[in-house]
Amino acid sequence: MSGLLILIPVALGLGLLGLITFFWAMQQGQFEDLDGAAQRVLIDDEEPEE
Amino acid sequence: MTVAARLDPASSEALVDTRFTVPGIRCAGCIAKIERELPKLKGIANARVNFSAKRVAIRHAENMPHDALTHALQELGFEAQEFDDNPLGSEDAEAKRLQRALAVAGFGMMNVMLLSVSVWSGAGGVTRDLFHWLSGVIALPVIAYAGQPFFRSAWMALKYRRTNMDVPISIGVLLATALSIYETMAGGGHAYFESAVMLLFFLLAGRALDAAMRTRTRAGIGALLSRMGRSAMVIADDGSFRSVPSQDLQPGMTMAVAAGESLAADGVVAQGESAIDNAMLTGESMPEQVSVDSIVYAGAVNLSAPLRVRVTAAASNTLLAEIAQLMDEAGQSRSRYVRIADRASRLYAPVVHSLALLAFLGWMTAGAGWHQSLVIAIAVLIITCPCAMGLAVPAAQIVTSGALLKRGLLVKDGSALERLAEVDIALFDKTGTLTLGTPRADITALDAEARSVALALAQASNHPLSKALASSLRDADVEAANVISISERGGDGVFGTWRAIEVALERPDCMQAGLSSQLRIGVDTSVIGFHDPLRSDAEEAITALSDMGIESRILSGDRSASVSTIARELGLHARAGASPQDKLAMLDHLRRQGRLPLMVGDGINDGPALAAAHASIAPGSASDVSQQAADAVFTGRALMPVAAAIRASRACMRVVRQNFGFAFIYNVFAVPLALFGMVTPLIAAIAMSGSSIVVVANSLRLARLAR
Repeated sequence: MSGLLILIPVALGLGLLGLITFFWAMQQGQFEDLDGAAQRVLIDDEEPEE
Repeated sequence: MTVAARLDPASSEALVDTRFTVPGIRCAGCIAKIERELPKLKGIANARVNFSAKRVAIRHAENMPHDALTHALQELGFEAQEFDDNPLGSEDAEAKRLQRALAVAGFGMMNVMLLSVSVWSGAGGVTRDLFHWLSGVIALPVIAYAGQPFFRSAWMALKYRRTNMDVPISIGVLLATALSIYETMAGGGHAYFESAVMLLFFLLAGRALDAAMRTRTRAGIGALLSRMGRSAMVIADDGSFRSVPSQDLQPGMTMAVAAGESLAADGVVAQGESAIDNAMLTGESMPEQVSVDSIVYAGAVNLSAPLRVRVTAAASNTLLAEIAQLMDEAGQSRSRYVRIADRASRLYAPVVHSLALLAFLGWMTAGAGWHQSLVIAIAVLIITCPCAMGLAVPAAQIVTSGALLKRGLLVKDGSALERLAEVDIALFDKTGTLTLGTPRADITALDAEARSVALALAQASNHPLSKALASSLRDADVEAANVISISERGGDGVFGTWRAIEVALERPDCMQAGLSSQLRIGVDTSVIGFHDPLRSDAEEAITALSDMGIESRILSGDRSASVSTIARELGLHARAGASPQDKLAMLDHLRRQGRLPLMVGDGINDGPALAAAHASIAPGSASDVSQQAADAVFTGRALMPVAAAIRASRACMRVVRQNFGFAFIYNVFAVPLALFGMVTPLIAAIAMSGSSIVVVANSLRLARLAR
């Protein structure tokens, strides 16, 4: 019984953590432009020398 | 990304965001160009491209006029239009709500299951009560949040005295929750929290899949009007020029249209001679020669020389705006189509409701007491509204559209697949659909020297025929000759000097049938003909369609001579010279005969027909508007994806029907158990996940279509 007192809050906490992370990612717009993310890999970070 | 704020410290005023639709964003280079170059301008803090939605959000100083931003994008080579929040935006929000609800339901399901499995495996006494309480504490907020899409839709249906799939779901979930709360408080043996949450999770998964399919690129009808010139130079009586926005143009005004500009209104040429590109309107890729008194339409691009055009119709009276209007209306007839899942639930919901009610009344009269009777009635409701039903359609459709995507065909949504499976006659536009839409030059008559001179001249010009000639020559591995002092004279051709001989690529002296241009080297002239070839597999695709029992016809806006040549070649019935209205009338006529037509076309003149047909497909080279109106878009040079789409959608519907079959068989076994009160929460949970897995597994077979 004492094990449950620790394990249940841990299980709930981990689940909540995942849920919050997902909401955070949505809030940040990480799912807004999925095709764009694939294209952006190809952009050079530095501007080419003229 | 390297966008730094480049604002003057002096102008540290409020920044605002403005969003623009930029259909021309096609690659990483475009993203980089916009995001790097725009912030270099004074007043713009940063720019952020959304590639999927073809949108640019610009953060700029408040006092900066929006025209300046559009102009800045134009300088970079992108046509842009300010983006107003349109009703299509709400679809995005809906998809997000579903995703969030799905995440919450998933969280709830995992934790409640954890507790329920312990109860099923024998936890008793205080532990069981504790677990029931905990389940309740987790499940209640989860149900309140994740159930909203169903509750709202069920409420709307009930308000209008109708019923849909969401009514039994909502009643089942709410009753199960209420009863579970009662059981928990009374310290009873069974709580149904996990059934309620699991039901929501599986159904939300189906809905979210469906929404994910739908949100794929729809930029709204605005793209059509953005092609029209937004302003025009109007010549006043005193000869002065002023810029007038297109919506303020009046019939009778005279516009000056420079080469390269697009027309802002319909009109008649008053002065000048030029070639105009009507591809926007007719899908006809070849330029049209215009001179005084020729009629020209808004959206056409003036190619070679300046023109003066007397406006005859402006703003919402132009042909282009009329087509947009026509499309809007035509699309409404299709919205009357009822999705297969809704058709199933119309039969299903009354049966389920009466069964549950019968079970309740039956057990009451048998003297089981209201508590027991209610438990059984709820078990019937939950078990007869299996997740398999919610997953049967979306699972099959998302797998099919994924498979088709690999073959170069993008299907807009699930209802499109359902309608594609039903079509029994196909109507093809000619130019750009059966044919490639880009003219190819016939260079067999030219010798090696002539070819290299022709390439040197052709690649110096932007005229569509020159471009076509250059690409044909490059395909034949021709190297350009060293032609010097090349100049282009609008309407006449390209001229230059090669080995001290005068050479030219010009309009042929005699206008003969078909398109041609003339290559002159010194005094020798040779005429180069152009033709628009059929897609290489057009015949196979049409045969494949007829093997599936689909008759094909040609419905084109082109002149009858060129249409009948192709009709003969393919052995098809053809109708030429059809206006957008004619095409609509033809579709209407077919529909009244009880046929379900598929329209395949690319031009804006096909737009209304694409929107009105039972189902429609457009090639990737089509105008943006046609791509939006169509249910599916295929890329590449082959026509076979059209036949593949029909075959795949039919296979998809076969699987959907099998899935419904599974759901039905499952009910045949489960309902009697539920009616006789033999369904425990454990059995309900196993049956529910079991049937869902069967349905998803069956749907995954469709992935083989890609091979």
